[in-house]
Amino acid sequence: MGLYLLRRLGQAAVVLWAAFTVSFVILYMLPGDPVAIMLNPGGQATYVDPEAEAALRAELGFDKPLIEQYFTRLIAAVQGDFGTSIRTGEPVLNSLGGALPETLKLAGASLLLAITLGMALALTATFMRAKWLREALLSLPPLAISLPGFWVGLMLLQVFSFGLGWFPAFGNDGVASLVLPAITLGVPTGAVVAQVLANSLGATWRQPFVEVARAKGVSRLRTHLVHVLRNAAIPSLTIVGLIVGSSLAGAVVVETVYSRSGVGRLLQGAVAEQDIPMVQGLVLVSAVAFVVVNLLVDLTYPLVDPRITTRRRVGA
Amino acid sequence: MSDIVTVSAAEEGNVGASGAAGAAGAEPTRGTGGRSGPAEPSLRRRAGSGAVAAFLRPGLILSVLVLLVVIGWALVPTWFTSVDPLTGVPAEKFTPPGAAHWFGTDETGRDLYARTVHGAGLSLQATVIAVAIAMFVGTTIGMVSGFVGGVVDDVLMRVVDVLLAIPGLLLSLMIVAALGFGTTKVAIAVGVAGIASFARVARGEVLRVRNAPYVEAAFASGVRWPGVLARHVLPNSAGPLVSLATLDFGTAILSVSALSFLGYGEMPPTPEWGVLISDGRNYLASAWWLTTLPGLVIVAVVLAFNRISRALSAWSGGER
Repeated sequence: MGLYLLRRLGQAAVVLWAAFTVSFVILYMLPGDPVAIMLNPGGQATYVDPEAEAALRAELGFDKPLIEQYFTRLIAAVQGDFGTSIRTGEPVLNSLGGALPETLKLAGASLLLAITLGMALALTATFMRAKWLREALLSLPPLAISLPGFWVGLMLLQVFSFGLGWFPAFGNDGVASLVLPAITLGVPTGAVVAQVLANSLGATWRQPFVEVARAKGVSRLRTHLVHVLRNAAIPSLTIVGLIVGSSLAGAVVVETVYSRSGVGRLLQGAVAEQDIPMVQGLVLVSAVAFVVVNLLVDLTYPLVDPRITTRRRVGA
Repeated sequence: MSDIVTVSAAEEGNVGASGAAGAAGAEPTRGTGGRSGPAEPSLRRRAGSGAVAAFLRPGLILSVLVLLVVIGWALVPTWFTSVDPLTGVPAEKFTPPGAAHWFGTDETGRDLYARTVHGAGLSLQATVIAVAIAMFVGTTIGMVSGFVGGVVDDVLMRVVDVLLAIPGLLLSLMIVAALGFGTTKVAIAVGVAGIASFARVARGEVLRVRNAPYVEAAFASGVRWPGVLARHVLPNSAGPLVSLATLDFGTAILSVSALSFLGYGEMPPTPEWGVLISDGRNYLASAWWLTTLPGLVIVAVVLAFNRISRALSAWSGGER
């Protein structure tokens, strides 16, 4: 177990380093000068004082060679300093304080919904004996993935907030304001879960142990829910881990649509203001979330399938 | 035996976050586009019966029609509407959809149908740029990686893994933050986000084709590797790449419109689909058509691309 954990931690560190490097390459090496943007938002000013520009550049460390900037920022990030917004002058992690709980609530609610919906759909569809019914159910997930999330959000707002008045249209007040955003974020996610789970359920049904269970007289429903589901769970578990880690991208759209405060909204604003260090900081935060969640998911594999750790122990 | 299979499958999903992301991230987007089958029937032999059968399906015919109309909108918008998308008739503001204004009018009395038709140009242009970038760069990386092999392959594929692990929208947002705003920049950002999946598929195809007898024969008869790549490998890998490209059109439309909805694309009043929806957002309570109808157009186009992609992959990879 110790070695297993150590290997995973090592891989997590590599993933974080890769995320840092990719974001650095994109944000700092592509043409686009944060300092020039900062002094001249929108390109409207006719004259920018070169001395002020140089001073600001030096203050923010943008005058150093790129490779030096890379290492300075990498070392800072390792020490827990994810950069400072060039708009507000505040460290990224400080601005995160109020926003993170809101986004966690949103991500948690939508994940719960996604897993429930995805499992229900996949389990029902693969249990169906009528081919047309099964195919009809399994054609729903691709449809859900093809819809633009922001538009779905607006449609829900239109019907359930403005039309029926069931839920507030914006803000972060209480559970009621969480329902529509969670649906908007959770349904496409649930569709992915359903697709993956339905695939592996189908494959597991064809395995010999299922036949044995059935031959011993285990009912079809019990085989499905107990024997097959557990053996088919791992790929969906992996997918769920990946989804949770990447929910920031979805939160950007959903929080904008519903005018909620949160990390996604923060990122939307940072991109709009081209606040490069802020964008990188938020991307790093999302990478950390990704890594932590996937580490947790990795640790649950042995619970679902004890053979996974056993083999490691023998191998190591 | 089945035990071993299960464990190794689980391990595969377990190879660290980035590896798993690579495998898993590629799957949902490829959807049914995944292909297999070592003994692939020759394209030409299938073409006849397969194409006829495929085109008898009403969903597919509808999809092709939708795309033809929208491409028509993009190329010659004036054939489809004679109304100016930028000047409104204030007296007719907020007219619901009807015979005079098919999609209704907006807050300044501009005809929404005209704006949607004229917006097709910009939206499709951005999509085409995005797909072209993803396909060209991705295919090149994948081909080189698969063909050269060794260290080059290792390095390129690790980079691709990392790119696949980052959600596409997040990648696009970073690029937009660095490059700035406008439809072209949004298109570039969406294109870059699509590179990795093309690289994956192209590499897989090259590996499949590389050891085929006709490639060996070409080498033996003295053709140099760029020639082999261009004349033998590329044409024989084209099927999956084309079907991925069609699918990517759908994804790219979604991403482009999402980014312009977020405000990084064209500035109003320029008609662009994402911008239209974003404009209509302020009148959700009073004028439902302003967001609903342009959104339905996007949905129709995305579904059409997905349907055609499915048909293409069934056609090139055998019925599945």
